[in-house]
Amino acid sequence: MRQRSNIRFMSRQEVFGYVMLAVILLAIIPLSLDVFRLNLIGKYLTYAFVALGLVLCWGYGGILSLGQGVFFGLGGYCMAMFLKLEASDPESTKIQSTPGIPDFMDWNQITELPWWWEPFRQLPFALSAIVLLPTLFAFIIGVAMFKRRVGGVYFAIITQSIAAIMTILIIGQQGYTGGVNGITDLRTLLGWDIRSDSAKVILYYVCSAALFICLLLSQFIRYKKLGRILVAMRDREDRVRFSGYDVANFKIFVFCLSAMFSAIGGAMFTLQVGFMSPSFVGIVPSIEMVIYCAVGGRLSLLGAVYGTLLVNWAKTIFSETFPELWLFAMGALFIAVVMAFPNGLASLFKRYIEPKLPAWYSGKTMVSKAPIIEKDSSMETAHANALGSEENIGPSKSLAKPETAVTVAPRTDEKLEGGVYVD
Amino acid sequence: MFEEYSMAELTDILFMQGFAGLILFSVLVLMALGLAIIFGQMGVINMAHGEFMILGAYTTYLTSHIFETYLPALFDGYFFVAMALAFLVCFALGVLVEWGMIRFLFKRPLDTLLATWGLSLILQQSYRTVFGAREVGVTLPEWMMGSYAMTETIEVPINGIFVMVLTLFIASGVYFLMFRSLWGKQVRAVVQNRPMAGAVGIDTGKVDRYTFGIGCGIAGIAGSAFTMIGSTGPTSGQLYIVDTFLVVVFGGAQSLIGTIASAFTISQSQSTLEFFLSGSMAKVITLLIVVGILMLRPQGLFALKIRQ
Amino acid sequence: MCIFNYESGSRDNSPVLKRRSFIKTLIAFPLGLILASSSLSWATSPTSEVNTTGLAVTDDTVTVGILHSVTGTMAISETGSVQAEKLAIDQINAMGGVLGRKIEYIQEDGASDWPTFAEKSKKLLVNDKVASVFGCWTSASRKAVLPVFEQYNGMLYYPTFYEGLEQSPNVIYTGQEATQQIIAGIDWVVKEKGAKTFFLLGSDYIWPRTSNKIARKHIEKLGLKVVGEAYYPLGHTQFNSVINKIKLKKPDVIYAIVVGGSNVAFYKQLKAAGIDLTNEKPLLLTISVTEDEILGIGGENIEGAYAAMKYFQSLDNPNNTAFVQAFKDKWGQDIVIGDVTQAAYLGPWLWKAAVEKAGSFDIDKIRAASPGIELTTAPEGYVRIHENHHLWSKTRVGLAQNDGQYKVVYESEELIEPNPFPVGYQ
Repeated sequence: MRQRSNIRFMSRQEVFGYVMLAVILLAIIPLSLDVFRLNLIGKYLTYAFVALGLVLCWGYGGILSLGQGVFFGLGGYCMAMFLKLEASDPESTKIQSTPGIPDFMDWNQITELPWWWEPFRQLPFALSAIVLLPTLFAFIIGVAMFKRRVGGVYFAIITQSIAAIMTILIIGQQGYTGGVNGITDLRTLLGWDIRSDSAKVILYYVCSAALFICLLLSQFIRYKKLGRILVAMRDREDRVRFSGYDVANFKIFVFCLSAMFSAIGGAMFTLQVGFMSPSFVGIVPSIEMVIYCAVGGRLSLLGAVYGTLLVNWAKTIFSETFPELWLFAMGALFIAVVMAFPNGLASLFKRYIEPKLPAWYSGKTMVSKAPIIEKDSSMETAHANALGSEENIGPSKSLAKPETAVTVAPRTDEKLEGGVYVD
Repeated sequence: MFEEYSMAELTDILFMQGFAGLILFSVLVLMALGLAIIFGQMGVINMAHGEFMILGAYTTYLTSHIFETYLPALFDGYFFVAMALAFLVCFALGVLVEWGMIRFLFKRPLDTLLATWGLSLILQQSYRTVFGAREVGVTLPEWMMGSYAMTETIEVPINGIFVMVLTLFIASGVYFLMFRSLWGKQVRAVVQNRPMAGAVGIDTGKVDRYTFGIGCGIAGIAGSAFTMIGSTGPTSGQLYIVDTFLVVVFGGAQSLIGTIASAFTISQSQSTLEFFLSGSMAKVITLLIVVGILMLRPQGLFALKIRQ
Repeated sequence: MCIFNYESGSRDNSPVLKRRSFIKTLIAFPLGLILASSSLSWATSPTSEVNTTGLAVTDDTVTVGILHSVTGTMAISETGSVQAEKLAIDQINAMGGVLGRKIEYIQEDGASDWPTFAEKSKKLLVNDKVASVFGCWTSASRKAVLPVFEQYNGMLYYPTFYEGLEQSPNVIYTGQEATQQIIAGIDWVVKEKGAKTFFLLGSDYIWPRTSNKIARKHIEKLGLKVVGEAYYPLGHTQFNSVINKIKLKKPDVIYAIVVGGSNVAFYKQLKAAGIDLTNEKPLLLTISVTEDEILGIGGENIEGAYAAMKYFQSLDNPNNTAFVQAFKDKWGQDIVIGDVTQAAYLGPWLWKAAVEKAGSFDIDKIRAASPGIELTTAPEGYVRIHENHHLWSKTRVGLAQNDGQYKVVYESEELIEPNPFPVGYQ
């Protein structure tokens, strides 16, 4: 059982990558930006949670969900409900016809707090709801879909319609959800003013730390056997199935995990931005979040963070200077990322920057450079990246040997995923 | 809830409600046909479908202006010219997009989904730059507006009939093209077995290109027709996109009959529910029903068995 | 949030005072002009005095922010407001600016996305230190920026007619709150057209729902009947079912608050279904269709509908003639001007008046100076800022014409008091 113990949790490069990211997020950015920009970066980082989840579920699992906004929104709403109840104490809402309930309920002639809002007065409940509710929802969707072998484009479209349904529901039930305005004007967390500058800085660090935990958890999954099964499943689902694995369970797991990450991101978003609205639940934001992941590199955990930061930073800069051009740039980005560099920033880094780095960076693992020099290197580096360094994998033990994957399915991440499964 | 109405009123309403459902059905079929052809044939989800429809609508808008200014005498018939032009413009753009983008993404359906989404953003902003951010109003010939009064209470909208006839016409056109023409034979051969079709001398690349073009062209006609019932603005295309996808996926990817059947199911359930519930709830329930059935039958209502 | 429920019937409300203050304005206006021009030729007050809170004010310029959506679904509606605000700023600059300083603006795009609005407003207030912001359109965007304005003490001039239920010390609402638009309109239709039954219809979000709620209360108060109420998701394009429902219920009035792209679909389908609005059987009264929307709907499709607004492009008064001319000269002869566009145009002028009254750009002083500020040059006629930061304004009913303009058929005699928290309507 323990034969693969020679696999390291992280390669030297990865350790370097994580340290770099930590330095950038925890030192360079906070030291060089004012609180306003720092808060913006903090907001972007909350999207990185979603992008990270998508790397796991799309890049590794091959499941493209166009409804991640639903989970982001659920997480955010759970947080917002707690904060809103705290902000709606009878004292500050005394001008309402029913003091003590959120203002939008009062506007909608609701005279008592709905029962399902009640538990959100407790922070522990709210916190566990943030994590558990979206995960449970993802589990239900996952069981319904994957057990019936729905996949590929079908899954994408169905998650998209779920996003549409959620938006219509939230907007339609405005007495209970705040409708299209969302839940706004959130002020304090257990009496701590989350709008102050110092709170923004602290929340930024909390958000970065949470992101790191999620990153390390993902790294851990990738290094475990589970990660390999996921990749194998993405590349040759039937073979994994024939090997005796229940493919659906792995898909459900990774989908739930990505939902959980998104939800944590959503909760962090609510804390940092101070409101939550249905505009994150819909189709457009859900697809935009996919592009963050694609830009960073759908197989690169760290790439997801960089991709998210880059796209959002570009968006902010562009829309400040040329608002009209922003959509052109965004559209071009979508097309370019898909057509020119399907593995995003990560592959560019591997191909152009990494070879130029000094030897200490790659250390003694020179072998890992081998695929980089090869012709179709973007794919293979991606693959190597996916599986950890090549030398670390006992060839006889690996579930999906790189060679096999390369010969059988030359473009491994682009498997034809017809929704119709004929066994 | 019906006690207050007479029997005659109820039958009239039943009739008109059925007719409203039929109009919605025609609208859905018209929207979905172009997408269904592309999805069924190439496995490509064209997220820019709505924008192609709006391109057709803008073409109609421009044509109406040209006719108003230069050929006012022929204004009554401009709509047919506009639809033909809408088809041609969208067909041309579709072929161009296939040539420049889609063919490189062969067998990567999820990636085409993202790339065409990017395309849709670019198209939206182009419309905004060219036509301005405001909606444009398309003037229709007098005869296409108003309604035909069958009885005192039953009035049938003429543009509804127009859409129905158009849908029938396009659907049968697609049927003949797919099942009665040489080209259709080639398309079906490529769907069933691409390498084999290539081996017997079918230019699969060309088949793909024209399929995509025709799909987009039909979207253009749909967009042109929808100027009668909907709005024309840079972002109007997004209003249609979710419904369209659901119809196609619900029907089963490779089946045109499936598309029609699913459009029928969705439209009837929606218009019936709308009558009894609020519009929002009707929409949510319809979507839930569709998603529910898709969970039970992921391949859609009608699925073509093909070898993978 | 500091929200006070002003008792109706406060001092400000008494008709005598109103007339007196109106006369005062008549006298004050030429005086004000003289004063304004004199302040130009003589010394402009030093920046350190007029700006004690570090706003972006220099000796020659003052920077303000414009925050609207120029991309996304709301760009359709918000474009007009941006144009109006820019026109007002140009005109103010041509007259010598505010306190001798030229207005410069920073325009930000809210991209029809509420969090973006919050982000951009924070940027305008924190980074650019703008002296005031003209912007937002939807209630959702206003709700999103509101905490930001309150936290950083900015001043927002918000142009849209909206649902009310809000009153912030950091917002001046230049559009109507719901009761100003609804009650007079319904009273008119009941009195003039003898309407007995109403069918309420709306897009499914807070403004139509709140407005219909007020409408329903008012209708029921009058002893009349609401025979149906229906809501459709934003962007819905199929209205045949609800039209059938309307035909079945045979109401005297369809009270429609449909917005955006749905509007176009609704009116086209209404006409196609054989409901000719010019017959007024049923009559259609809307509060959501301005001249801007008619561009998309097409005049021929909405001809005969009535709209209750405070402003129509066709208003016949010298202020409006000049305004329409200036607007067309700047933005093109084909352009139309809707209610919100006019309200947006008031923003910079009201701000200018407040700054000059306060003699300072400081937000707190502007806030203190704002209530009671009058504008006799408004295209809609005379307006005055109420203590609750909304405008006193008239309600007018317009009849939609084939050419896409409204013909004004009714105008309330008195200015209507803004009442964002209408007692008895909640």
